[in-house]
Amino acid sequence: MTNDVLLQFSDITMQFGGVTALSEVTIDIHRGEILGLIGPNGAGKTTCFNVMTGVYKPTKGTVRFDGQDIVPLKRYEITLAGIARTFQNIRLFGNMTALENVMVGADARKASSVGGALLRTPRQRAEDKESRDRAMELLTFMGIADRAGDAARNLPYGYQRRLEIARALGTEPKLLCLDEPAAGFNPAEKQELNELILKIREQGYTVLLIEHDMSVVMNVSDRVAVLDFGRKIAEGLPADVRANPDVIAAYLGVPDAS
Amino acid sequence: MNPVVRSLRQVGASLAGAKAGLASRWNAMGPTQRLSAYVLGVLALYLAPWWTEIPLLGSIVDTPGTQFTTVLSDRVIIFVLVALGLNVVVGLAGLLDLGYVGFYAVGAYTTAILTSSHASLPWLLALPVSIAVSMVFGVILGAPTLRLRGDYLAIVTLGFGEIIRLSAKNAEWLGGSRGINDIKHPPSIGPLKFGVVDPKPYYWLGLTMVFAVMFLLHRLENSRVGRAWVAIREDEDAAELMGVDTFRFKLWAFAIGAAVGGLAGVQYAGKVGFINPDNFPLLLSILFLAAVVLGGSGNMHGAILGGILVSYLPERLRNFQDKRVFVFGVALVLVMVFRPEGLLPKKVGTRKAVAAPGEGGAQ
Repeated sequence: MTNDVLLQFSDITMQFGGVTALSEVTIDIHRGEILGLIGPNGAGKTTCFNVMTGVYKPTKGTVRFDGQDIVPLKRYEITLAGIARTFQNIRLFGNMTALENVMVGADARKASSVGGALLRTPRQRAEDKESRDRAMELLTFMGIADRAGDAARNLPYGYQRRLEIARALGTEPKLLCLDEPAAGFNPAEKQELNELILKIREQGYTVLLIEHDMSVVMNVSDRVAVLDFGRKIAEGLPADVRANPDVIAAYLGVPDAS
Repeated sequence: MNPVVRSLRQVGASLAGAKAGLASRWNAMGPTQRLSAYVLGVLALYLAPWWTEIPLLGSIVDTPGTQFTTVLSDRVIIFVLVALGLNVVVGLAGLLDLGYVGFYAVGAYTTAILTSSHASLPWLLALPVSIAVSMVFGVILGAPTLRLRGDYLAIVTLGFGEIIRLSAKNAEWLGGSRGINDIKHPPSIGPLKFGVVDPKPYYWLGLTMVFAVMFLLHRLENSRVGRAWVAIREDEDAAELMGVDTFRFKLWAFAIGAAVGGLAGVQYAGKVGFINPDNFPLLLSILFLAAVVLGGSGNMHGAILGGILVSYLPERLRNFQDKRVFVFGVALVLVMVFRPEGLLPKKVGTRKAVAAPGEGGAQ
């Protein structure tokens, strides 16, 4: 079974000065699954993301990805190892077109640099075309290809959220981490997003989903892990987690007496 | 003030109208017409030394006190080259460099040393060496400092520019404050004599350099490298998390910017034949930056326009004597008020969406 684990997040403690944001959190993400990570505000969900993607180095604990210890890696090396993410507050390259945004992601897998660009070598041209074609494919996949030539900052909110996902997919990740992708969506948009996430999984990606919105997490996730005050308080099938008294107390609220 | 503002607005609107008219005419042109328009434009630029002979245009463009061609060869072309290089650093990669004059000085001094005081190499050989040395200085400055961001980087680069100037001033083997003279001129080619009297060949050489640099920078801009630079400018953290080796690409931006700045220095040294530390004051760094920001940071053509205005206007306004700096300053402020993104800002996303491959764009 162990070789099914794509990302092993073991005994991670993350302290900022005297504040403990994560305390001995252990999460396994299995290849091909959609894992939902939920918890009240300030529970440490985004900190988990930041440790996984190298933004923070954990105070204690190890992160193994695909058999490799990724804690010592630089951020871009972690991306190259196969983890890509989106941001809770959208962070696109506003003054680049949608297409160029995704191309930056796709460029991560390319090798040509200054020399190739100056001489416009056949290899550089081929790589450039690959990036462009791949980016266009992803925009089409995400349903936003009609605005490929527009500056990212001019796109409507929903498009921007999807563009973030397209850009992350451009880096050809094994694990896609989505940080509250449904934030600010209405129910219809959430429904579309659910379908999109399932479609992404069908393409062979493993997905880690941080979400506030229960309808999204519970409908889409294969398994759910719950954080509260920096500790993991539950993990399991959505139905089980929903029934877990600790989770109800911490996150879903105590049910009415009726 | 109101009528002034209004009339300025009107001028702006009519300029925009003229631009739109030109753009639509441009779009209506066939490829051969466009090519011939390009050729004519380039030809007109090479013939610029004779613009002053044209009746109406001549009286508009001619510079009082200094020969027009000398302004072009000694100032305008140099500033345009520098603006092109600095635009890579500031405009594309978003790294605020306040010491860019340092690289310009390194290029000029390397050529000076190699062709006069310590060796007697030909200018043509000093050219690539000087560019390479400038690049090395770019890396030397960049490697330890590019971990800094924003204001901190600006301060460190500010120091760098001054260090270069003061080192030159205090190093005897660099001529101290007397500087270096007898710098070799570029080799004469047939009737094209690079001497001290005629500035035209220098202008033509410089203009050719500008076109070559534009060509190469255009290639970089439209490649993985250029995209990485702009991504870093837009959001450095996000860029790194999208797999961009930000440090490496920032270092490249510095190195390439330095190389172009050095090239401008080579051209300057080869023209004037004599340099000293006072040719490379801090003010020049500020003017270089003003050129890029005024013209339109991030847009090559904007930077060129900025370089032209910042170098040419003070010469054109020489009749205002002491007040010319004031007039120039007012002109800069007005531009920044009415065109905060510069005269020719980079247009993003006006291009038609690229047709989707295969199934075609969704909706």
